[in-house]
Amino acid sequence: MHLPAILPWGAAEGFSKQMLLVLLSVVFIAVFFVLAARKQQLVPGKLQFAGEAAYGFVRNGIAKDIIGGRDFIKYVPLLFSLFFFILVNNIYGAIPLFQLPTFSHVGGAYVLAGLVYITWIAIGIRKNGLRYFKLATVPSGVPWYILPIVIPIEIISNFVVRPVTHSLRLFATMLAGHLIVMIAGSGIEFLISQENILLKGTSVLVLAGAIAMYMLEALIMVLQAYVFTLLTAIYIEGALHADSH
Amino acid sequence: MHQLIISAAAEGDTNPLVPNAWEMLVVFVGFAILFFIVVKFVVPMFEKTFAERAEAIEGGIAKAEKAQAEASAALEEYKQQLTDARTEANRIREEARAEGAQILADLKEKAAAESARITAQAHAQIESERQAAVVSLRSEVGTLATTLAGRIVGESLNDDDRAARVVDRFLAELESQSAGAAK
Repeated sequence: MHLPAILPWGAAEGFSKQMLLVLLSVVFIAVFFVLAARKQQLVPGKLQFAGEAAYGFVRNGIAKDIIGGRDFIKYVPLLFSLFFFILVNNIYGAIPLFQLPTFSHVGGAYVLAGLVYITWIAIGIRKNGLRYFKLATVPSGVPWYILPIVIPIEIISNFVVRPVTHSLRLFATMLAGHLIVMIAGSGIEFLISQENILLKGTSVLVLAGAIAMYMLEALIMVLQAYVFTLLTAIYIEGALHADSH
Repeated sequence: MHQLIISAAAEGDTNPLVPNAWEMLVVFVGFAILFFIVVKFVVPMFEKTFAERAEAIEGGIAKAEKAQAEASAALEEYKQQLTDARTEANRIREEARAEGAQILADLKEKAAAESARITAQAHAQIESERQAAVVSLRSEVGTLATTLAGRIVGESLNDDDRAARVVDRFLAELESQSAGAAK
């Protein structure tokens, strides 16, 4: 499914379709929102309204609801960028010709999850100092004799497993969706190429199933962008208010 | 199909969980650019509009509230003025009534003074007339005495009794005359 390497520099696979799509997504998002936000009016036009609705969804629906308080606005740019970057890169998988959710390549998911990981730990340390690690790993109100069990679990779940699940959730859903659509496509191709007319006909059933899977996959693409951003907001909120958890 | 399997196998040598470093770099750079644009342009522009809109709405509400407050203040003022005017009118009416009574009393007093003055004037006039009468009487007494003397002489100077009677009668007459004038 890869385009041939565009430029054979550096990597073994050169400049791939995936890389091109990632850079294109930046252009799409930036152009859309800068256009939507450029001519700002109190009574918005259609484009501005769409932009504001999309922006307001992340700002109010995720940042304000999860992080809340007075300083949620500081984290809006990160959440906003994450949501639309992942959304557009996922939606590629549902668009003919593009047909590649870029996070089905695990590297991008690692990068984003890693950035988020560094971000929330940095926020936690800046907010609470080094005491943050104690706050994050030693839950209050737990009897002392359970602590030897609880603390390792907390360390593993918060600092080891969390970035892994955060990245793999996105990557795996995208890869699985991509594979299903690909398998369905090649299955249809295989069935149509059969001599037997009945076998040829069964390709219609596969097509129906593939369309259903395509719809489901489109839903998951949006959902995963939302989930990734929501989890980021939850991690940041947890780091900000570590002492009250 | 065979080709697909072959290509999949060729690709499948690598574990899907092992990332391609160049892809990671591209995602990182792409996301960094996007993040920069969002921080620098998109969020400030949207936030500015949101703030302006909130301010416009809140400003409108504040303006309306101000107008309402002004209107009620004006109403209060008018009511106050109306009450003041009523009080003033009452006061003026009361004053007029008092003034009228005063004028009436003054007039009465003046009338009484006038009548007293007229009475006094009449008394004075009467007195002066009486004085004039007394004066004229005095002047007449001489004449009368002369006349009396003449009469006595004319009648008869040798008859003493008769002369005495004439004098007595004259004096009595004179006395009664002066008593009447003094009255």
